[in-house]
Amino acid sequence: MTISSATDPATPSLAPAPAAPASAPRSAFSELSQETLALTRRLFLQLARRPSTLVAGVLQPLIWLVLFGALFAKAPEGLLPEGMSYGRFLGAGVIVFTAFSGALNAGLPVMFDREFGFLNRLLVAPLRSRSSIVLASVLYITSLSLVQSLAIMATAALLGYGWPGGAGLLLVLVILLLLVFAVTAMSLGLAFALPGHIELIAVIFVANLPLLFASTALAPISFMPTWLGWLAALNPLTFAIEPIRAVYAGHFSLGEVVLVAPYGSLTGATCLAVLAVLALGLFLLIRPLLDRKLT
Amino acid sequence: MAKWSSKAVPEAVIELNQVSKRYGSGATAVEALSGLNLSVPRGCLYGLLGPNGAGKTTCLRILSTLLEPDSGTVRVGGLDALAQPRQVRELLGYVAQDVAIDKILSGRELLQLQGDLYHLDRADRDRRIAELSEVLGMVDWLDRRCGTYSGGMRRRLDLAAGLLHRPAVLVLDEPTVGLDIESRAAIWRVLAQLRDQGTTVLLSSHYLEEVDALADELAIIDGGQVIAAGTPQVLKAALGGDRVTLRVREFSDEPEALRVQLLLQACAGVRQVVVNRSQGFSLNLVVEHDGVVEQLRQQLKQAELPVFALAQSKPSLDDVYLQATGRTLMDAELAIAGQRDPKAERKQAMR
Repeated sequence: MTISSATDPATPSLAPAPAAPASAPRSAFSELSQETLALTRRLFLQLARRPSTLVAGVLQPLIWLVLFGALFAKAPEGLLPEGMSYGRFLGAGVIVFTAFSGALNAGLPVMFDREFGFLNRLLVAPLRSRSSIVLASVLYITSLSLVQSLAIMATAALLGYGWPGGAGLLLVLVILLLLVFAVTAMSLGLAFALPGHIELIAVIFVANLPLLFASTALAPISFMPTWLGWLAALNPLTFAIEPIRAVYAGHFSLGEVVLVAPYGSLTGATCLAVLAVLALGLFLLIRPLLDRKLT
Repeated sequence: MAKWSSKAVPEAVIELNQVSKRYGSGATAVEALSGLNLSVPRGCLYGLLGPNGAGKTTCLRILSTLLEPDSGTVRVGGLDALAQPRQVRELLGYVAQDVAIDKILSGRELLQLQGDLYHLDRADRDRRIAELSEVLGMVDWLDRRCGTYSGGMRRRLDLAAGLLHRPAVLVLDEPTVGLDIESRAAIWRVLAQLRDQGTTVLLSSHYLEEVDALADELAIIDGGQVIAAGTPQVLKAALGGDRVTLRVREFSDEPEALRVQLLLQACAGVRQVVVNRSQGFSLNLVVEHDGVVEQLRQQLKQAELPVFALAQSKPSLDDVYLQATGRTLMDAELAIAGQRDPKAERKQAMR
């Protein structure tokens, strides 16, 4: 038996591309942009059609804000610095935790793409740079985290916990960007290092709440036992929370001390530098792994 | 994007030379390919035939640059696939065995993504999607979400994704496995059309009739090596006559089968007598003409051997496989079915 194509003259051609170039050659940047935007668009289409991720991502921290704010509304005077209300104190912690949680989940879509073979579809394409796969995830998670954080900030303002103002908002965004970039890098590294989504979810589950409680999100270091105070003072979340808290208190400046840790006092500039070093360090740490997996 | 040039491309579009690949290490290591050689001519529809686990998918994954071999050379369109993987990806369309689609996206959105990953400009991309949706009969459902598609629809969408950038070489891994007859026929027609219009098509399959019907040339893979290659006609003709399957009893034993083998080998006009151990020690042989069968019956009668069943047929690719390996393709499938570890294979496929 022989199969004949019996090509209809009106049927569109399936023939390979002709030898002559069909269009002018494009720059590497243009191709990188095209593939990165296409991959980012896919993630946003998924979000638009499954908005539960976004809704839950906003609702959960709002619940934290309302419930914890109410729970500790009658905290003893002098517990919090500068006689700050607990709601205002908590706001910075919830904003950072929201961004952190979102970024920690960044590896999940990549892990599912690995498991379901979709990543192979991307890897057989002549991508200008396979960094576009990582870039798309970073763009998506950063945008999502910022939207969630802005929703928390708006709600906190409505609850009377304050608003950071124009310059303060910019600083909050910079801090969140650094944190999200660092945690997204870590999560993507885990997504390529771990064998499956069960393991990744387990790591996320184990890391999430302990890192929250071992930070200054819910209580100041002065309120903690010594060992926990040390942990909180070393926790990257604290370096993001304290400058934002200072912004909310209305007196942030880069040279001002924002964190009194057991090992010494840290200024806002130092906290930002720590976050920047963390982001860069994690990026450099996972880069060989990404290179190995994506080339 | 690298374009196809008939001047620049040598006659063999795909060349694998002494390619080896091993998964794992130590006692649990699996040798998927062991010195595989393959040469696919330009404009040919080439079949890669073999049982599951023979090394077909590993071979195609290496070709598509998803996997690096442990040793050997791989050339596609004159390019070294190991040194110039990106250029090779531009030449290739790859349709994997397990259809990887995003269930949330519509078929059109998936093809748009594919077009952007191959850097097609928007107008060309959309025109191409319209063409392919017509050719592959996807017009009515292309804007529905992929999660609602049947297996045949998914496979057609995947084929469209592989063809979107007009590849010079299309590689398909088991393109029709699990499909209904209508979808299978549709894909066969498209593959034949592609070949007729100049695309080199390499497809793997463990369906004998598919390769026999479609392929201009084929290679049979077993144990990670090519054990026979050529056109179906030549391979079958090389067997030199009709195939006969003989069973002297419903349940023979090996000593009796070997005794019959010796007897048959002494007969004029009989060649290539093989004891098929997995089929109750039946005997497979080639007879040069119809008269030989009657002589065989006489010989068996004189030796006081009964004839439980005797079937005569024109040679098939399964006979070619049997001749080369001593077992049928189905027996090879059954033998390997219990040894495969789907979990380990899934991990091998993951990046």
